[in-house]
Amino acid sequence: MAEAGFWSSYAWPFILTILSILAMVVPLLVAVAYLTLAERRVIAAMQLRKGPNVVGPFGLLQPFADGLKLLFKETILPAGANRMVFLLAPMLTFTLALIAWAVIPVADGWVIADINVGILYLFAVSSLGVYGVIMAGWASNSKYPFLGALRSAAQMVSYEISMGLVIVTVILCAGSLNISDIVEAQRDLWYCIPLLPMFVVFFISTLAETNRSPFDLPEGESELVAGYFVEYSSMSFALFFLGEYANMILMSGMTTILFLGGWLAPFGIAPFIWIPEVIWFLLKVSLVLFCFLWVRATFPRYRYDQLMRLGWKVFLPLSLLWLVVTAGALVAFDWLPAAGGA
Amino acid sequence: MPEAKIKPLTLNFGPQHPAAHGVLRLVLEMNGEVIERADPHVGLLHRGTEKLIEYKTYLQTVPYFDRLDYVSPMNQEHAYALAVEKLLGIEVPKRAQYIRVLFSELTRIANHLLNITTFALDVGAMTPILWGFEEREKIMEFYERVCGARLHAAYLRPGGVHQDLPAGLAHDIRAFTETFPKVVDNMEGLLTENRIFRQRTVDIGIVSPEDALDWGFSGPMIRGSGLAWDLRKAQPYDCYDELGFGVPVGKNGDCFDRYLVRVEEMRQSLAIVAQCLDRMPEGQVYVPNHKVTPPRRAEMKQSMEALIHHFKLYTEGYRVPPGATYTAVEAPKGEFAVYLVSDGSNKPYKCHIRAPGFAHMAAMDFLCKGHMLADSVAILGSMDIVFGEVDR
Repeated sequence: MAEAGFWSSYAWPFILTILSILAMVVPLLVAVAYLTLAERRVIAAMQLRKGPNVVGPFGLLQPFADGLKLLFKETILPAGANRMVFLLAPMLTFTLALIAWAVIPVADGWVIADINVGILYLFAVSSLGVYGVIMAGWASNSKYPFLGALRSAAQMVSYEISMGLVIVTVILCAGSLNISDIVEAQRDLWYCIPLLPMFVVFFISTLAETNRSPFDLPEGESELVAGYFVEYSSMSFALFFLGEYANMILMSGMTTILFLGGWLAPFGIAPFIWIPEVIWFLLKVSLVLFCFLWVRATFPRYRYDQLMRLGWKVFLPLSLLWLVVTAGALVAFDWLPAAGGA
Repeated sequence: MPEAKIKPLTLNFGPQHPAAHGVLRLVLEMNGEVIERADPHVGLLHRGTEKLIEYKTYLQTVPYFDRLDYVSPMNQEHAYALAVEKLLGIEVPKRAQYIRVLFSELTRIANHLLNITTFALDVGAMTPILWGFEEREKIMEFYERVCGARLHAAYLRPGGVHQDLPAGLAHDIRAFTETFPKVVDNMEGLLTENRIFRQRTVDIGIVSPEDALDWGFSGPMIRGSGLAWDLRKAQPYDCYDELGFGVPVGKNGDCFDRYLVRVEEMRQSLAIVAQCLDRMPEGQVYVPNHKVTPPRRAEMKQSMEALIHHFKLYTEGYRVPPGATYTAVEAPKGEFAVYLVSDGSNKPYKCHIRAPGFAHMAAMDFLCKGHMLADSVAILGSMDIVFGEVDR
């Protein structure tokens, strides 16, 4: 029957996909909203302040108040801006920050697309993020955003290389590009222990990749005012902002998956395995995010050339060396994982 | 084909810029991120203070000095008070001298707190400023308790200070001197040994001792370059010669050295504050000459003469013998001086103000040349510029 065939082979999968995307994106956006609040509260605590605590109990409605405020503001288009690109840039940034989540498993099997090259997809999408920044800087036709965009492009490209090498190291150990397999390969031992230096390099690179302090040069407020989004206002600004925070969560998720055993409990014994896998995943992501905020409250900002030096002269050789060492050790001791997953 | 001329990227840094420290307009000519020329434009906060002073009596002039470098008001009142006293040929009682020095040094701490923490903010560390402002707030409270105003004190006046310390203030200031070193240590813990902070400040904006002399630097800007030039030692005013304190000097003259000098100066100022509290004698806090300082309220209820003095003082003011003086004090930012000319009337004939920040600002070009954009912010922060005094 043609009718039934249409429903079973097209309509239902379509509706299911939409539902699963919504099930991922809605919690993610809520998480982004509360990450902004958490950032303000955590940093406030470190700085002996209170932070937002007036809107709603404990300031819990603050993110929505902020969101509404931005929504109702006028979007200002600078006279000299290239309108098309200017408006496209925040959309691109935000979209890219969201679509990466398609391959992130928050628990065993809880993933929208469990594809074989998941980690490559993730890497590709996170690399594309630089386009939003460059487009924003270029289209604004203003000097501060322009400098911010140049810095950002250089920075993201530099740190992606060492990040790539770190990911290759992990893939070598796991023997798969599938993210679920990479997590499963850590059932006995999380990679943050044998690959500790790579874990540190990866975490610092994610700071640079998401333009977070101490690598927040593209938006270095003391020099470039707000960097590439100087000219943005209203919702177009909000999209950049949301994109940045969604990226932070994404990078924390990547760190969790690659080094902290994803959704796995720290020990496969009784009290730990009672807690649902998704809770473990969220806890680990929160821990990494807390480190993001902690770093922001503690460190000054790098200078542009120092950041480049760190990326190219320290992280790149280090990760390359560790990749070779890891590969050598895997071959020498016959620890290579079986092809197609551990 | 004619040779193409490449124009440098001209960046208009300020006056509406978060790191412009007020209203600095800095026109930067850059090659990529490297600065080739920095052209500071001053004057956006010009209020004609010097001219206004010519139309005010000597007492009415005092508040103008609070509004020059609004970060360290009392030091400037100090310079003005000393200048007027020199022309009047009076010496203020010991207790007044100690109170003045006490508050000058508290002001120095408040100023350096602001400078160090905003400097840290300029290089991207945002926590110190919030820690430091808690302490600065305490100093503001001392201000408020002693004179009623948090910022524009008008407390150190020609002839002494306006009022004696209120009951309990000395005790609370001593408590502050005991808790404050811990705060400095905490702040230093975030900055001094921090690798990123060092990378951002060491060897940035180097001032050689020769340059420092040539450009008329003073204060931490010259001491950071290794010259132990401090007016509190070189030509002690009030009771500084009775107090023991060190003059910290830097070695390389870079931003980091200037930062260290300021941190150590805060500690030394704290020692001076403690000594002042220990040695402060009892007695009057103003010259008993009621041609210059007002009579007390109680006296005015009884004495016709006191009432007349009060009326004359607050309407006509007092006449200052003809003469001229250049009187300088070691303000937190450097040598702050007043060149005061009197024609014998009740108003200054001319009052020129030497602001240390103005001389420092002039060096912006040679300090920034060849550095990157981010360094110009660090250099500006380490100069301790406040536009209230630069533009006057």
